[in-house]
Amino acid sequence: MRRYLLQRVLLMIPTLFGVAALVFFLLRVAPGDIVELKYAGTGAFAPKEAIERERAQLGLDRPLAEQFVSWMWGIVRFDFGTSMWTGKPIADEIRIRLELSLQLAIMATLIAIALALPLGTLAAVKQDTWVDYVVRVFSIAGLAVPSFWLGILIILVFLIFFKWLPPLTFTPFWVDPKANLMQLLWPALAVGYRYSAVATRMTRSAVLEVLREDYIRTARAKGLWERAVVMRHALRNALLPVVAVIGLEFAFLIGGLVVTEQVFNLNGIGMLFVESITRRDYTMTQALVLLVSFAFVFVNFLVDLLYAWLDPRIRYG
Amino acid sequence: MAQAQALTTLAAPPRLRRWAEACVGFARARPLGAAGALIILMMALAALLADVIAPYDPLTNNYAAMFRPPDALHWFGTDAFGRDVLSRVVYGSRTALWVGFCSSFLGTTLGALIGIASAYFGGRTDLLMQRLMDILLSFPLIVLALVVVAVLGTGLWNVVLAITVPMIPRAALVVRSSALALRQMPFVDAALALGVGHWRVIFRHMLPNVMAPYLIMLTAFLGQAILLEASLSFLGLGVAEPTPAWGLMLRGAAVEFAERAPWMALFPGLAISLAVFAFNLFGDSLRDALDPKLRVA
Amino acid sequence: MQAGTVRSAARALAACLAAIGLVTQARSAEKAAQEKPRYGGELVFAVGETPPSFDGHRETTFALIHPVAPHYSTLLRFDPHNYPKIVGDVAASWSVSKDGLSYTFKIRKGIRFHDGSPLTARDVKATYDKIIFPPEGVASARKASYGVVERVEAPDDFTVIFRLKHPSASFLANVASPWNFIYSAEKLKQDPRWYEKHILGSGPFVFGEYVAGSHWVGKKNPNYFMKDRPYLDSYRAIFIRDTAPRVAAVRSGQALIEFRGFNPAARDDIVKALGNKAVVQESPWVCNLTVTINTEKKPFDDARVRRALTLAIDRWEGSKTLSQISVLKFVGGIFRPGSDFATPPEELTKLAGFGKNIAAARAEARRLLKEAGVAEGFSFTLKNRNVKEPYEVAGVYVIDQWRQIGLNVTHMPQEGGPYFNDFRQGNFDTGIDFACDFMDEPDLQLFKFLSSDKSPVNYARYKDAILDELYEKQSRATNAKERLKLLRQFEKRVLDEQAYQFHILWWQRIVPHHARVKGWKISPSHYVNQDLRDVWLSE
Repeated sequence: MRRYLLQRVLLMIPTLFGVAALVFFLLRVAPGDIVELKYAGTGAFAPKEAIERERAQLGLDRPLAEQFVSWMWGIVRFDFGTSMWTGKPIADEIRIRLELSLQLAIMATLIAIALALPLGTLAAVKQDTWVDYVVRVFSIAGLAVPSFWLGILIILVFLIFFKWLPPLTFTPFWVDPKANLMQLLWPALAVGYRYSAVATRMTRSAVLEVLREDYIRTARAKGLWERAVVMRHALRNALLPVVAVIGLEFAFLIGGLVVTEQVFNLNGIGMLFVESITRRDYTMTQALVLLVSFAFVFVNFLVDLLYAWLDPRIRYG
Repeated sequence: MAQAQALTTLAAPPRLRRWAEACVGFARARPLGAAGALIILMMALAALLADVIAPYDPLTNNYAAMFRPPDALHWFGTDAFGRDVLSRVVYGSRTALWVGFCSSFLGTTLGALIGIASAYFGGRTDLLMQRLMDILLSFPLIVLALVVVAVLGTGLWNVVLAITVPMIPRAALVVRSSALALRQMPFVDAALALGVGHWRVIFRHMLPNVMAPYLIMLTAFLGQAILLEASLSFLGLGVAEPTPAWGLMLRGAAVEFAERAPWMALFPGLAISLAVFAFNLFGDSLRDALDPKLRVA
Repeated sequence: MQAGTVRSAARALAACLAAIGLVTQARSAEKAAQEKPRYGGELVFAVGETPPSFDGHRETTFALIHPVAPHYSTLLRFDPHNYPKIVGDVAASWSVSKDGLSYTFKIRKGIRFHDGSPLTARDVKATYDKIIFPPEGVASARKASYGVVERVEAPDDFTVIFRLKHPSASFLANVASPWNFIYSAEKLKQDPRWYEKHILGSGPFVFGEYVAGSHWVGKKNPNYFMKDRPYLDSYRAIFIRDTAPRVAAVRSGQALIEFRGFNPAARDDIVKALGNKAVVQESPWVCNLTVTINTEKKPFDDARVRRALTLAIDRWEGSKTLSQISVLKFVGGIFRPGSDFATPPEELTKLAGFGKNIAAARAEARRLLKEAGVAEGFSFTLKNRNVKEPYEVAGVYVIDQWRQIGLNVTHMPQEGGPYFNDFRQGNFDTGIDFACDFMDEPDLQLFKFLSSDKSPVNYARYKDAILDELYEKQSRATNAKERLKLLRQFEKRVLDEQAYQFHILWWQRIVPHHARVKGWKISPSHYVNQDLRDVWLSE
């Protein structure tokens, strides 16, 4: 087990390095330049000399390899450098956004779990009845309705019918819980619906699988009491893939809410990502991609660990 | 004409009939899936016959008819340029299906090939491929698509590519695990013993046997691809105005004019939802029919 | 004492109204000016972007001006109620030498920076030295606007003298630039880049708080040099990037105003929702969209083809329809309609593509295309910025117009990165370009039409010695009438004879806001008049 753990941790390193290298070079290939964009983007005219000054100030005039090495060296020391756009330390810039993104991800996860577990189990137990159909249609609709469109509709309904709008600036939960929830509840619902759809489907198929197992069939035949006991037991196994899916979706939520954050004006990681990539803020984009990838890889690792721990059948060399 | 049709029905080879029977059977056993298939069929028809169905040219601006609410002339109303929303939704299905089919076909096929090759050759190749796929997998779908768009620029084909790239590792992962089991099968060894070349074994013996996960993924990705295209177009990074595309129709104007002209925001959104819904419905049932244990992320 | 180009504000305003028949709803704003201002309160306003660094000398975005300008003073400023009249800010008065080569400014006494240190001529000199002669490793966005300055002197604590190389018609207006925050000489000496991350000004508000990407807060400066200002206790700028939530913010009252401007649909929604609690201020904007043609590519190297392209665009129809869905509104030549330099209407309609008879213009366009050997259905691309409004709106319009003379044009909206990249490298056929300046000033507005080796923002890639010469002449012309004549010649050559680049429409700035916001008057630029010192909130 310990060896497996170590192996798993070590495997994360080449992946993350690959992500870092890939995003670093892809960004430099992408046409456009942060300095030019900043000036020309406002319609202002800046002479060549001013542009070159700025580029030098940002270190963009150094050879690519040198830039890459110094960036990697910084990361090894947990120093992500400064944003090319604001000139502020990237760690500070991200910290402000991460608080919101994390909270939103947690809220959406809670909503998803609250919907998915009962609905998914119900659909499985009542397979091929109208209950199953309703649950499936509900969950597939969740996958189909674009979250951003749902968000737009939510805002419109509030504005037109209630003449009210969720707060547009973020208040930390510990400062003012009500204002905080009033802002984040709605995007959490819009996102959580889709998220719950993914989890419901997984729950349904996992439970179905368990129900097909021989010992459950026997138990079901035997009677109610035993059935309950075994079901509880079986559910625990069935939940493994559900946990995995929820974990990975959670990691995705931290950086992937690109469009929803825009619709609700959430100052989160997804918005920061879109802004930095369109501005060609290389350092910031690199750090964000790395962060999101790390979250993903790390959650994957945790899920594997959980599998190994919960399911004694899985043995690792 | 009617006679010819009757003839073909009569002369239908047993194969065709088997297909028809399979379809009926599928529809009976899985009504939801059949409903999905029906919607897809209708959309495909709308896309193919857009020139006939659409009441107006989707590109012609008509400044005398800006923001017209739905009525007998314009069933879905008109947009800020006086263009008929229904016509644009109908033509939009072309864009959606085209981008969806191209990218999910490309993504699944490339992914399947990589997955099979990876499983077949094993060893170092497999390890390297796996690491590479891991790297691509650790980007969220939209993040990777955004990076690809940044490099390639916007436009129809670039959007197809931007959606294809993140699909590849996801398909490769699933196909690889199916192919791993196949690799152990005796017929593969037999073929190799007969001196059949590697690529021939892959194409003739392994590829046909991963058809089930391949098809399941293809349909699952179709829905996702349509959704992703809509998101990219909504962000202004997808297809360009005045091309009719659902995500694009939701962009900017639809939200800004939502109160004055809610139909502009409503119908394209419904179209996206319905399309993705149909593909998922169908894909789910297809999975249940072909390989109920398969999990597609 | 106040010499130079100070113009009568009333005249300018009247001309503006008459020229375009504009119905401003600024009346209530004027009435408000007569009410007795109330002290106190916090002004919450929305800003559509986030500021990069905090250094106004380095940046060029309104996202810096709106939250940051209230912290600073400038040497001169535009009169907030009478644009384009120039008045002093830290300068109490100024004079110009007879030869037009030296400008002497007297600095107000008793002005203090927010840390209590006095503001003197030394600080003004250090500020302008940083802008005009930036030290190694310091970026300055506006160095080029002051190429005429030989040196800046501060003979005593309250006198600053600018020595020019030659007379300049635009110099005084350039010193009223809203970007040229007066910085502390001491801080600049410590670190010339100190101001990129810190705020220390002498303006009406002191720095409160900035949460990156979220909001910016300023608090009343109790030691502001104008004893009775500012009225507000504080202001809070909240950053809302997407248009829809930004409009919704004003509508729902979460923000009272957004200073950059909304489109007509948003205005109508806000007015409808707020009723008589809303006030709308409108003005022609010093911003425009142009079509730029890559004159190095065939057949666009042929002036006849370019003329055909401009002739085909019906600006008057466009004005009528596009003004309902976007900020595009005013038909105008090379200068903002309503400005002192604007083309008189009778001359405007004589320029190719600006006439009122579109059928005739299109026939002429088809004839020119035929003459130049361009086949029916000729296809090319129109590069554009992927910003919905007004860029893509204009793109859709122009393509539709060109289709009507038998041209088949593909729209290519792109992200800023590739857009500017392709423009600069000449990797396009035609494109939609834009300009947005902080004031009406020929030196600014004409710059992009100079030969491409002189102007890096001339994406049309032509060289034209006649234009370059006219530019130099008008820039040094001190006689207003003579300057106007040169400007008309310049305009005719660019827009009509050569049609290298031509204007589609000028923008309309529309600021709908809550009626509680008083003492703020719209100006033709969203960069000027943003120090908020006269703004107050009614009950």
